[in-house]
Amino acid sequence: MREITFSEATLEAMAEEMARDERVFVMGEDIARQGGIFGQFKGLPQQFGLDRVRDTPISETAIVGAGVGAALAGMRPVVDMHFADFITVCMDEVVNQMAKIRYMFGGQCTMPLVLRAPDGIIRSAAAQHSQSLEAWFVHVPGLKVVIPSNPADAKGLLKAAIRSDDPVLYFEHKALFPTKGPVPDGDHLTPIGKAAVVRPGRDLTVISYSMTMHRALEAAETLAGQGIDAEIIDLRTISPIDIDTIYASLAKTHRLLIVHEAVKAGGVGAEIAARVAEEAFDLLDAPIARIGAPFVPIPFSPALEKLVKTTAGDIVRAAQQLCR
Amino acid sequence: MNARPYGCEDLLRFYREMLRIRLFDLKAAELFAQGRMAGNIHTYVGQEAVAVGACQALEPGDLITATHRGHGHCLAKGGRADTMMAELFGKATGYCRGKGGSMHIADLGLGILGANGIVGAGIPIAAGSALASKIKGGREITLAFFGDGAANEGVFHEALNMAAAWRLPVIFLCENNRYGVSVSIDRVTNTADIADRAKGYGIPGVVVDGNDILAVCEAVAAAAGRARRGEGPTLLEAKTYRHRGHYEGDPQSYKPAAEIAAWKERDPLDRLKKTILAAHPDAAAALAGIAAAVEAEIAAAVRFAEDSPYPEPATVTSDVYAADNERSVAR
Repeated sequence: MREITFSEATLEAMAEEMARDERVFVMGEDIARQGGIFGQFKGLPQQFGLDRVRDTPISETAIVGAGVGAALAGMRPVVDMHFADFITVCMDEVVNQMAKIRYMFGGQCTMPLVLRAPDGIIRSAAAQHSQSLEAWFVHVPGLKVVIPSNPADAKGLLKAAIRSDDPVLYFEHKALFPTKGPVPDGDHLTPIGKAAVVRPGRDLTVISYSMTMHRALEAAETLAGQGIDAEIIDLRTISPIDIDTIYASLAKTHRLLIVHEAVKAGGVGAEIAARVAEEAFDLLDAPIARIGAPFVPIPFSPALEKLVKTTAGDIVRAAQQLCR
Repeated sequence: MNARPYGCEDLLRFYREMLRIRLFDLKAAELFAQGRMAGNIHTYVGQEAVAVGACQALEPGDLITATHRGHGHCLAKGGRADTMMAELFGKATGYCRGKGGSMHIADLGLGILGANGIVGAGIPIAAGSALASKIKGGREITLAFFGDGAANEGVFHEALNMAAAWRLPVIFLCENNRYGVSVSIDRVTNTADIADRAKGYGIPGVVVDGNDILAVCEAVAAAAGRARRGEGPTLLEAKTYRHRGHYEGDPQSYKPAAEIAAWKERDPLDRLKKTILAAHPDAAAALAGIAAAVEAEIAAAVRFAEDSPYPEPATVTSDVYAADNERSVAR
């Protein structure tokens, strides 16, 4: 299979969906003339024109609000948030408007709006440009939240998000943009709400997504050398969570470790752990373990930043504990 | 009030639409005071000339965004009194099947993109639907209703700037009723006219007497023409006044009695009635007929709402998503 970068995969998804459906357009800061700060929009204006690939003012509230209005008026907007951290500037539009309008209006409308949100730690961007805020949106009924870890899912989930009649937050880890991976040719879609078992195993289940998926896969290789056979699940969608795939795995392994780059407190891992404890306690042979960032803002200095990042070593140690 | 460009039929139609709003909201206030509906309502009494004047200047395909004080906007854009009253009662036959209530009434088919419980939130939504029209090359324009309070929200400035820069076919109509809940606009704003802010965005800013329906209608018609010609947005400021409290039950202790009395002297319905009778003395019978018909419409709306069933319990989890196929969502 051909290999392309994560960034190229998202670009293919955009181009294919914009060609397929003229209601799809994209707007955001620095996307048209500059092609996006990670090059993820390069060439789109030449192909589709500046009406459908729009540079916006630095006005997150107006941009997302306009996305809501355009969706109500029959378009299928994609809004680029530049950095996921900037969603905090327009939380009303995300939480009170795009998430709730369909329900508040009694199902009169759909809300086919995608927010692209580059997140995660990269190159000492510090506390306001490095966050992983995905768990916030899992708490809001009406939103769907996807978070790919590789180019194939980056393409498949973006295409599925654009075709979704519900609002989707699409988190894309900034450090993943240049990474390469196999992507199927043609109209490749990844279903929203479906996790993937990316490495089958029998001794414990490791659940992750986005950047830390790669740390989990590295850890699995190390653990295999030590006789521990880890099953790795890439959640891919975190709202709704594919709980059935998790239970099927636990029925086999009986041990659960959840890993994410986001702060551990109140994270996606907390929700999964709570649900497993409530609904599938009998499947467990050991306490549930979680790995996430400590309860601090992301620091600037490389010497400090590395201390809040999850490493493969952290995962190996936690897995060893669980399987003792 | 200049009645010349409008015939008697037009003026009677304007009067009927304003009276629908007046009687709807007075009835809703009465029922609310009796404890017959839940939640809260914000009446539009006193501001009827703004919604009706604006909507009479729009075309049926045009779009609006409304506010928490939105009953008047929705009725003026063609909304049904019975379906709206049922929504206020939380009934299954309401505009939102009982899920939205007074502050979230919408009728996408009529171009009503929703009332909104968040001050100012309709403004960028209107810019967005106008953007959709521009991209699609459609004839329709969008009008955003909002209050003086919303003009002090950041999103007002963001949306006006963006709409101006992109020359979007949108009208920003500020209904300055002088109070944001209890706080007088003079205490929180350092300029006399919100319309002045248009200068900062390079678009026309126009002040209009919001209790003069013909003035509102003409101002909106001019702004609509400008929007349809691709010349971009206009900021209109309609000076008006709400007769009642921010919410029903609000004693309005923050308003001087003389101020309320002075504004009631300028009641928009009374003014239009005088204009009609001055120009068309034989219209008295028609006006009486309109009053009887509107009273009957509102009475029927209340009966419809009262006779309608509450939503089925099972519907509490429907309409969260278009594709309710994720069982983990409903759990």
